[in-house]
Amino acid sequence: MIRLETVTKRYPGGQDALSGLTLSVAKGEMVFVTGHSGAGKSTLLRLIALIERPTSGQVIVDGQNTRRVRRRKIPKYRRQLGMVFQDHKLLYDRPVADNVALPLIIAGVGHREAHRRVRAALDQVGLLHKEKRTPETLSAGEQQRVGIARAIVTRPKVLIADEPTGNLDPDLSLEVMRIFRRFNEVGVTLLIASHDIALIDKLGCRRIALENGRLQDEFEDELVMDFGGQPPGGTEHGQWP
Amino acid sequence: MAVTRHSVAVAPVRSSGPVKIWFTRHVSTALGSLGRIVRQPFASLMIILVIAVTLALPAALSLAVKNFAAISGSWDDALDFSVFLRDDLSISEAQGLARLIGQRADVEAVRLISADDALREFKQQSGFGDALDHLAENPLPHTLIVRPSGANTGQSMNLLREELQNLPETDLVQLDTDWVQRFQAILDIARQIILIGSMLLGLAIIIIIGNTIRLDIQNRRDEIEVTKLIGASNAFVRRPFLWGGFWYGLFGALLALGLVQYGLYLLRPTVARLAGLYQSGLSMLTLDAAESLGIIGIGILLGLVGSWSAAARHMRAIEPR
Repeated sequence: MIRLETVTKRYPGGQDALSGLTLSVAKGEMVFVTGHSGAGKSTLLRLIALIERPTSGQVIVDGQNTRRVRRRKIPKYRRQLGMVFQDHKLLYDRPVADNVALPLIIAGVGHREAHRRVRAALDQVGLLHKEKRTPETLSAGEQQRVGIARAIVTRPKVLIADEPTGNLDPDLSLEVMRIFRRFNEVGVTLLIASHDIALIDKLGCRRIALENGRLQDEFEDELVMDFGGQPPGGTEHGQWP
Repeated sequence: MAVTRHSVAVAPVRSSGPVKIWFTRHVSTALGSLGRIVRQPFASLMIILVIAVTLALPAALSLAVKNFAAISGSWDDALDFSVFLRDDLSISEAQGLARLIGQRADVEAVRLISADDALREFKQQSGFGDALDHLAENPLPHTLIVRPSGANTGQSMNLLREELQNLPETDLVQLDTDWVQRFQAILDIARQIILIGSMLLGLAIIIIIGNTIRLDIQNRRDEIEVTKLIGASNAFVRRPFLWGGFWYGLFGALLALGLVQYGLYLLRPTVARLAGLYQSGLSMLTLDAAESLGIIGIGILLGLVGSWSAAARHMRAIEPR
């Protein structure tokens, strides 16, 4: 579903955020990207979201080479992804329901259908009773769940999340991860950047460790290549609890 | 809170009729932009007032020129020829000539002022009464006042004048149009000045609205960034700002119309007094429906151009980081 082939991202100033990175995430997989800050986690997600383009190499998402997505087509490309951010990126001047509805409005979904889907999405993150509240009246955990509801309301095949639990305490983090897990169970492919290794180990998902823009473990790298785009279900790296 | 395959499973985004959605989306965006303007009543009113004054100024000046042109046009219609007949013509010959000219299709009426009448009138009005008594004979000729019929064009007026001049009985034909023509030339200059001024003021409105929208865009930078991040196109994020420009232009134009009407209302007694002095049915021309719609249309157009120029320039610069 997501494939990077020898991707290098060099920022002006010379240092490589990613250098020659190759990895793949299979359809229906839930994968964590870990590493210290500066290891390249965010850059990886930004390349997938086409916020940035690689200096060299290929990023292929759901069969589309991002290199071939023209500037004008980027909005359409992004609409097929669900994105969750560490700082939620909610719009604080409108109620929760309007925040969640935004991707549907952008996609041109009719009012009634949008309303139905917003309620379904809020129900899935357990915030249906707060749809009329404004985001600032919600706790950090609730705000993040609003962000997740917004990411999944268009029913994307791929969901990427950058430190979704970065500002949350362990209980709330686990709650958020459980929500992600439920989406994964119905077929959504997830790629989540996080440094919370203890939490990830609790979930038992595959982990891609980055260091200085490269895969930390060559062995793991080879395993990923071996899977060749097939779901790694049943292996020790892809085991689900 | 169970997640079922039905609710999350990948499904194409279904749309219920693209035209209807396009329409409802525009309506809701328009109302949203209107709400934003209403929620900042003071700031919005200031901008609308500036636009209104800027629009009302050329509108009022054009209206003034239109009124002056109408008045000078009515002078044009009311112009009579004074046909001074030769000295040696008798009063009966003059009367015969008056009847003859009166039968022409391009003449509405002919009035004969005999030499005696003219002298009497002159004595009364000039104040030289006694001095004129000492004149051996009346120096004034018989005069025909020829009123052309209303159907005359400028060309047929000239023809009439020429024919009157060529009559053997005629000494001199006078039609004092020179000052009317000068006045109309001045009005033409005034029209051109107003046109040039209007263009400059229109540019000012574009800049005012453009600047307002630019500030609005900067204030909502985060919102634009987030919206783009989740897949909004430039057109989508631009739309509310274009509607904002539309509303500013519309309200500015409506207020401008109100200002012009109020100005006319203030002028009414003065004009009525002038009309009373002339003992004529002089009435002011107001903005007609087409002109009012024109002002509204210009206001909206300037609003859209202003907001478009700002949105096009600044929207591209805001990209998710």
